[in-house]
This record gives sequence, structure tokens and C-alpha cells, in this order.
Amino acid sequence: MTQSMLKTQSLPYCKGCGHDLIAKHSTKALEELGFAPLDVIMVTDIGCHGIIDKCMNTHTVHGLHGRSAALGAGIFFGLEEHDNKKVVVFIGDGGATIGLQHIMEAARLNLDITVVVHNNFLYGMTGGQTSGLTPHGFRTTTSFQGNPFDGYDICKLTHTAGARYVSRVLGIGDISADMKKAFDQKGFSLVEVMEICPSYGVKLNPKRKLKEIVESAGKEVGEWVNEDAAFKQQQGEKVENLLDKIPRVPMSFDRSLNTSKSLVLSGSAGEGVQLAANLLAKAAMLTGLHVTQKGSYPVTVGVGFSTAEVNLSPEDIHFHGISVPDMVLITSQDGLNHNKSRISQMTSGKLFIDSSLELPETGAEVIRHDFRGVGARNAAIHAILYFAKETGLVTQEAIYKALDLEGKSDKIPLDKIKKAMAG
Amino acid sequence: MHEKNNTNRVLIDGSRLIIESLARSGADAFIGYPIPPANLLYLYGSQRMDLMLSAPDEITTLQWMAGLSATGKLPVTATSFPGFALMIESVNMAYMMELPMVIVLVQRLGPATGTATCGAQGDLLLLNGTMSGGHPLPVLATSSFDDCWEMAAKASEVAIKLRTPVVLLTSKEEVMTQKSFDLAKLDDIQQTEKKWYSKTCCEYKPYKAGKDLVPDFLPVNQGNHQVRINASTHDQDGILQHSNKEAMDNTKRLEEKVRVRMDDYLFYDLDEEAKAETLVIAYGITAAAARDAVARMRASGKNVSLLTPKTLLPLPGQYAEIIKNYKQVVIAEESINNQLGSLLFGQQMPGNITFVGKMGKMIAPEEIIKEVRS
Ligand SMILES: Cc1ncc(C[n+]2csc(CCOP(=O)(O)OP(=O)(O)O)c2C)c(N)n1
Ligand code: SF4
Ligand SMILES: [Mg+2]
Repeated sequence: MTQSMLKTQSLPYCKGCGHDLIAKHSTKALEELGFAPLDVIMVTDIGCHGIIDKCMNTHTVHGLHGRSAALGAGIFFGLEEHDNKKVVVFIGDGGATIGLQHIMEAARLNLDITVVVHNNFLYGMTGGQTSGLTPHGFRTTTSFQGNPFDGYDICKLTHTAGARYVSRVLGIGDISADMKKAFDQKGFSLVEVMEICPSYGVKLNPKRKLKEIVESAGKEVGEWVNEDAAFKQQQGEKVENLLDKIPRVPMSFDRSLNTSKSLVLSGSAGEGVQLAANLLAKAAMLTGLHVTQKGSYPVTVGVGFSTAEVNLSPEDIHFHGISVPDMVLITSQDGLNHNKSRISQMTSGKLFIDSSLELPETGAEVIRHDFRGVGARNAAIHAILYFAKETGLVTQEAIYKALDLEGKSDKIPLDKIKKAMAG
Repeated sequence: MHEKNNTNRVLIDGSRLIIESLARSGADAFIGYPIPPANLLYLYGSQRMDLMLSAPDEITTLQWMAGLSATGKLPVTATSFPGFALMIESVNMAYMMELPMVIVLVQRLGPATGTATCGAQGDLLLLNGTMSGGHPLPVLATSSFDDCWEMAAKASEVAIKLRTPVVLLTSKEEVMTQKSFDLAKLDDIQQTEKKWYSKTCCEYKPYKAGKDLVPDFLPVNQGNHQVRINASTHDQDGILQHSNKEAMDNTKRLEEKVRVRMDDYLFYDLDEEAKAETLVIAYGITAAAARDAVARMRASGKNVSLLTPKTLLPLPGQYAEIIKNYKQVVIAEESINNQLGSLLFGQQMPGNITFVGKMGKMIAPEEIIKEVRS
């Protein structure tokens, strides 16, 4: 025979409170299912129902208002099959209101936990206010005329979200068989137990009977099942070490730069700007330089400008910001618009700009070239190769090697670009 | 010419270093909800951690993490202010429950949604006020790629050893910018051992702590002892109490635990120059600019020292002690209100301390130099 789950039969609720019935019949059901107290992890919400902890011989976890279904879900995620633990969540109608999302999520994923909603039609602990599950017409301390709205149908919602098993029961008499059925499911289960809080609900609705309230609110008693629903743990492919697979960039060419240079490469989304900047950065690393690289683009990544900032230096780079760059490469109108003000502030350095574009105001030496002639998609790569040829800060060979490192050599029409550069 | 050890140079971002370091130091689950500029951490977390869960929001994120932590896992997440704001009540919960976890907070420009893709250093005062009751929440900050590696591992260690949520504070430009880096520089990381209560004979009290102020942990998925975990005011048994002495002592212990035990986790760099009368202080992203500024000033003959705080909260007393040794102190931080300075001195900012601040852009080395020379 298993040890009793409840420490005492005298529970700390007001006289006649339905929470008493739920606690007693839930524990009875768990015992009858053969669970020992420490097989059960009882997660309780904030509210009158949540003060049950101290009366339980189970593990108890008492968190925040409305979050118990998520907390129970987290515990479930941490369990191993062989732990043989049962996660039970006790929550009120108030907790189900503020934490509705957590219940939906646990139902959608069909986590193996059971949520017991103590629906006493109001926020008991805070003075009897209307909750999201208060039935239409039910009087509370904040709606003396009766709740003007319909309450959520938590059972329908949970069922629709995908829960394996949902039931609604009246909190009268022996409900342990109903509780047992819910606890015995594989997958997510929820029981909504209807009750009236004597201290507020009975007082404010003196003549009304539980059954009549539930029926007139259109909340039928019953059960709803999604037959094949079950939890599936799905993890994507894992790597054992995040540092293993990134390409190594050995120093392979002689250093070509004795001072730091900052460079901005800018064009349009989808035209290879970030890839080109990455290749340039790696080519510089192959040449023994230190580099930084960062991109900026609108949140709608598929349209508008795409700008990359690259620093090259013979020394370790700390600060990587670039306000007025030493060199700018512009391959499209979007790129020009995004960098016009910087370009206008340049008093020296070089501006490489596609020959189709109107010349902006600048103190930089201007070099025009038809970068887009090889196709817009390759304009940025064309630009860095041209830049390499013109400045010698990195070599074209280094860029080709960087392309190899990335495994991208055959994806770029290098012959076409070489021809365009020669011409 | 070519340096010798040449085979481990990579182009890498700080996010990758942080996640790998967290994984090696003991983190085994990543829970998250996407938000820039923390998305790379999310991506790497999903690839590297044994367990990855996509939560439907940041409250759920923290709750799932707390549940996992109650089963003995060390969960981590990465977020930015809007997500962190949603987490705050749950961070308080985990702190009260004494559940280890690491939150990587990538700062971006606020208030509110602010600018999602712009860095900032505007969250320090928020972190200082995160806990109701003024309890200190441990916060370590990165100021370089080396720190992404070392401070991330320390964050795991603090979380496990002190049984607490820990924030690793960083910012957009630190975790999204790619830099050339030699992986050979990285030290090995030891996994922090998760020591659990091992006696089977005696009664286990989940919130009874010895001299080290940290109670022995037991997960809820064992069957030897009853475990009670509680975020409401509670006694040593984990049972809810209003305000009796045992419960008040417990709540006090939580604050003392972090304050006292964080003495073992005092991290800062002090690059001192013998005759310097000027001290530059910068943490996080601004530390990079400060390093350049100090190097340039020294090259031009100015004696200047540099303090880079890494343990930010609870604020160590040592920083104020160091400051006392200097005639001129310049604090640089990418905010407009000198959050570090006000943590140090409140409304009583000494006259010899000035501030370089900025919003929407990184502070450049020249701006720090200009302030020192002014
Ligand atoms: C975030 C938050 N909001 C509000 C409260 C205050 N509060 C405590 S219990 C409660 C309502 C409890 O109602 P219910 O969940 O229905 O439980 P009952 O007391 O009726 O059993 C509220 C609103 C809180 N603790 N936390
Ligand atoms: S106030 Fe209502 S819900 Fe709370 S214990 Fe009393 S009867 Fe039960
Ligand atoms: Mg209620």
C-alpha cells in the first residue's frame, strides 16, 4: 500500500470550499493509480488553492501567479523516462486567465502533465473579483449585476490546442474517478473542476446552484479527447563543438599594410555585399592582417541597402567603429543613398563607385568602374577584386583563396569578372 | 612576417564564444524567444546545447528554465531589454527558489523596443533594480572576446555554486561583429560540478544553508527526499510563511549569500601606469574604445591608467578604492546618464569625475581622449 499523499485531512480552506474536495480526490486518485508521494511533483499556482503545499507529502513547487503550467512544463522537459514522475499542476481560474498562453502551449506540445483548474468563478485570494473564467451573469465583488461577459471555455480552448485529454466536472461528491482518468493519460491533460467559493460566490449568488450556473453558462460537463495526440521530443542536429567547423584562415601571403584602414562596402540586398565583405576580411587575414567585419541592413533583409564595414590592421583591433572611412566601395543606388553623408565627409581616401551612379560630393579620390556589368548579383565581388587590383592592400590571389576556403569558387563567374576588369 | 602558430586563426563573433563557453562550463539547455541582437546566441544555442526549446514568449522561457533547473539542469537564454523586461518577475522567482540559470542580456538602444539593431549600454541601473527587496543579482560583463569566453564560464560557475540566476551583460557590437581571432589563445574551461545533497540517512531541509550560505541542492526528480521549492516567503523547509523569524532569516540569507559569496568572483582589469593621475573607466563595448584611447594617450606621453570592470553587480567596493588614487577620472559608457557612475556615487558625484556618454553610436577613442584633455 502506498503512503498517503496528504499529511492531514484538515485543509486550510474556508468551510465548504471546493478546493478541499479537489485536493482530497486528486490525492486519492494518485494513490489509487499507485503513485508514491515522491513520484509526484505538485506545482501550485498563487491563489487559495495554492496554499495546499504544506499539506502534501509530494515534492512541491510553488511559483508565481498564472505561471504554474509553464513551470510544470519546464520540470517535465527535465525529466527522464525512467524517473517515473507525475507532474501535477494546481491552478485557479484566475491563474488560468493570466497564464492562458502557458496552458495552450503545454496542450499544443502535449507535454505529459496534468493541469487541474480550480474554477471557483472568481479570484478568491484577492477578494472575489471577476476572472476570465467567470460565467456570464455570475455575481462577483466587481460585478454586482452579474458578469456581463461570457467566460472563456478553457476546455474547448485546450482541446482545440491539441491536448490529449480534457474534461469538465462538477466539484460535488466523489470526483476521484474523474481525476484518475486525467492523471492516467499520456500527453497533456486538463480537468476543469467547477465550484463556488463560499466566502464570495455563495454570498453574492445565494439562491443559485452549481449545476444550474454551469448549464446556464453553456459550459457542458464532459470530456474531449484527441486520440493520437502525444508528446514528441524533437531536437535538431547538434554539434559537439561550435569552434570546430568554422574555417581556419592561416597566414599565407606577405603582409601588405603597415597602418590601419577602414573600408565600407555598400550596395543592394541580394547583391552579395556581405559575402564580398567576408571574403575581403578573410583575404586580409590570409595576408597576416587583423580584421573586423560587420553588416547593417534594414530589418526587411531582402530589400534596400546592404552595407558592410571592414577594418584592416597590422595590429590587434579593439575599437571597430567607422565614422568617416578611408575607403568606400559603392555598387548600387541603395548603397550610395545609405552612405552619402559619410562620403561627403571624406577629405581624403578613395571612393570606388559604379559608373552608372551620379557622383556624390566628396573629397576622396574617385574611381569609377562598371561593377554591375557582370550582373548585379556579382557586383560586390567584382568590386572587391577590382579594389584589390587597384590598391594592392590585399591581393586578388588572397581573395581567390578565401573563396576556396568558403567553398564558393565555382559559384562565382570569375572568368567573366576577370574579363570585365581587364577591359 | 608570419607568426608561428597560425592554424587556429578564424573570423568569429562573440556569440559563438559565449555559447561554446557556457556549454563547456556546464550549461545543458538553451531556451529562448528570438530577439535582435541576441539572435546569433539563439542560433548557436540551438545547435550546441543538448536540449533546445523554443518558448512562445520570454515569461515562458524563464518558467521553463526554472523547471529545468529544478531537475538539475543548467539552462541558459539570451535576450535583450524587451524580453528581459518580461522575465523580471520570473527572475525574482528563480532567485527566491535558488535555481541556477544564466541569462545573456545583449543590450540594445531603448527605451522600449527602441532600435532593435543598435547597440547601447543602458541596462545597468535596471539590473541593479531587478530584484524586489533590493537583493543583488549577480551581473558579469564582457569587454572583449577573451571575456566572452572567460566571463561566460564564470557566469555558469556562479549560477551553479551560488544557486542563483546570473546575468551575463553584453551588447550588440560585442556579439554580432566578426573579428579575426586566434582560438589558440583560449584557455581550457572546466565544467563546474553540480554538487548535490548526498546523505540518505537524515532529514533534508531544502533551504537550510551552512556557513557557505548556499543550501544543498536536490532535484525534484529523485525519490530519496521530499523537495519543496518555493518562491513565496518560506522557511528552511520551503513552506510558505508570512514573516516569522526563520523565514525572514532565509530571505536575508539570500541577499547575504550573493553579497558575500560574490567576493570570490571579483573580476576587473586594472592597467596601471606608475605616474598616472588620470584614470579611464569603461566596461562592455566601450572598453574597446578606452583601450585604444589609453594606448594613444600613452604614445603621446600622457600617463593614464585604465580600469575595466567585469563584475558589475553586486558592485564591488574595490572600484571606489581604485578611483580614490586618481586626480582625474573619466567614465565612458554608451548611455546618456552615467549609470556606472551613479551606481558608484549616487547623487554625490565627486567633482574630479567626468563622463563621456553617447546614444545610437559607439563611443570613439577620440571622444575619450578629448574628455581627458579638456
Ligand atoms: C502577477 C500577479 N498579479 C496579481 C497577483 C495577485 N493575485 C494573487 S492570487 C490572485 C487571484 C487568485 O485567483 P485564482 O487563481 O482564481 O485562485 P483562487 O484564490 O480563487 O483559488 C491574484 C490576482 C499576483 N500574485 N501576481
Ligand atoms: S476565499 Fe473562497 S476560494 Fe479562498 S479558501 Fe475561502 S472559500 Fe476557498
Ligand atoms: Mg478562483
